[in-house]
Amino acid sequence: MPTDRDLALKAFALRRRMLRLIHDAGAGHTGGGLSCLDILNVLYNRVLRVTPETVADPRRDRYVQSKGHCVEALYAVMADRGYFPDADLDTVCHYQSYYVGHPTRKVRGMEMNTGALGHGLPICLGMALAAKMDGAAFRVFTLLGDGELAEGSNWEAAMAAAHYKLDNLTAILDHNTLQITGHTRDVMSNEPLDEKWRAFGWEVRTVNGHDYAELTQALTTPSPADKPLFIIANTVKGRGVSFMENVGKWHHGVPSDPELAQALAELDAAEKKLKEAIA
Amino acid sequence: MSAPAPSLFTPAAKAMAGKLGLKKGRANLEEFADTLLALATADRNIVAVTSDSRGSGKLALFGKALPKQIVEVGIAEQNLVGITAGLAACGKKAFGVSPGCFLTARSLEQIKNDICYSNVPGVLVGISSGVSYGALGSTHHSLHDLAVLRAINNLTIIVPADNFETREAIRYAAQATRPVFVRFGKAAMHDLHPAGTTFEAGRAITMREGRDVAFIANGETVVHALLAAGQLAEQGLTARVISLHTVKPLDTAAVLAAGRECRAVVTVEEHLVNGGVGEAVAATLLQAGLSPRFKIVGIPDEDTVTGAQADIFRHYGISMEGLAATARSLL
Repeated sequence: MPTDRDLALKAFALRRRMLRLIHDAGAGHTGGGLSCLDILNVLYNRVLRVTPETVADPRRDRYVQSKGHCVEALYAVMADRGYFPDADLDTVCHYQSYYVGHPTRKVRGMEMNTGALGHGLPICLGMALAAKMDGAAFRVFTLLGDGELAEGSNWEAAMAAAHYKLDNLTAILDHNTLQITGHTRDVMSNEPLDEKWRAFGWEVRTVNGHDYAELTQALTTPSPADKPLFIIANTVKGRGVSFMENVGKWHHGVPSDPELAQALAELDAAEKKLKEAIA
Repeated sequence: MSAPAPSLFTPAAKAMAGKLGLKKGRANLEEFADTLLALATADRNIVAVTSDSRGSGKLALFGKALPKQIVEVGIAEQNLVGITAGLAACGKKAFGVSPGCFLTARSLEQIKNDICYSNVPGVLVGISSGVSYGALGSTHHSLHDLAVLRAINNLTIIVPADNFETREAIRYAAQATRPVFVRFGKAAMHDLHPAGTTFEAGRAITMREGRDVAFIANGETVVHALLAAGQLAEQGLTARVISLHTVKPLDTAAVLAAGRECRAVVTVEEHLVNGGVGEAVAATLLQAGLSPRFKIVGIPDEDTVTGAQADIFRHYGISMEGLAATARSLL
């Protein structure tokens, strides 16, 4: 099991890979990718009971990325984990590549095709129900975005998951508080989220979405019997690159050559600093 | 006391049904429910998903007999389809059952993405489709569903005409490895096929041979085409009747044979004339260089007339008399 430091060091490489692939593809969701990357790092390297060898095992844990537009972060994490060769990512958004701008099952290890918002939670609910019907122990995880919560289908599923007491279902909110138009509170306010999800019958935990220990604890501590788990992961959009943090244009901004160079240099410097601190 | 539902048949049409030896069966809806219950009793992986629709889907008995194999989602059709997809992705043979009007409109994006694009073997069953809920108004009509679903890749679309076709369609769907949509109404159907008829998804059934006109119909309109063929025969005209139960993939061989061998082709459907079976048949014929005299009979693109299914059918010429007259007008 990797330590927090292992994950922190890995995150630099993952952020660099994600930025390079968005730059090379000429498309992608930079800000949201950087905000959810640490969540994915923890999920794939610590929490999910699935490996590249068990992608077809019915007993595996399932992860469905409801905020499918942040697939570039997922690509970087899954390539690092060995689901597919890193070189495949040089084809993202290319003609006839399976690696399109949202998850598809044609990519090894991807559970469902997502990209339209508000779809992941109902799908995961069905998966969690299947596990309960079969007495299977696998868990089901989805990642939601702030803006996505305006989709009514999430609330249909929120009701049903509690109704069916799906304690094997976990929804994580990448709570960076920004969406394409601006602050979520200005576009369509959704607070107080913790009270809303509790009122719907969920166990709610709020964590720092860039803190590996907090994320791990929240994701691995069993939910009280019968309750689905909602984790509000407070994150920073554009996390890790100074000029991208909390700047709306990086929702789907693609770094230019100099911007990429600057971002990579910042990440290199921060990595070096962390390594020195560890030493 | 409420007035009895108007009959789908005039006295002359009833007499013709008698002459053709057609016996009244039951609603396809009931056939579906019993078939699904039998299949699910034998296979615990078969699951029904309902949106407060187990009553209208005749699945109350299923719910009592197999309570662990039914998922109630409440009145939430988007959730119904998403859950069906998730169950199907985890090895369940899930049947999402909901009135066609809601299932194929409100949750169209879930059908497109979660079922078809994700390519999970989910089955969607549109009950009380077409104008089965005729008198309830256009909120409750599904006259758009075939058009929108035909435009989605990776979906087999079946519109069974009678109890036999319904039973076979549900059996086919239960073992299909790709997405399937089955759509029917709730009126009692005549049994249209003789014993020994075979059903194959994607393969139309030619029920009656003829060379003057071909009726290419599906669902609850097929019986009217068959009766019209009987009436035309009395007037010396031969009519081929094809039950085009599978809308996608289309049996182009049956369509082209009709276009080559018959002087006229009349398509009949309980659907808007836009984007349905008629246009699919027209495109098939024209692209093969065939241009028989041709008419699409369905619900025109207008504010749909009010009334029961029988009233609406009669109003738009989906009746023995109406279809025979349409055929004669082409000859």
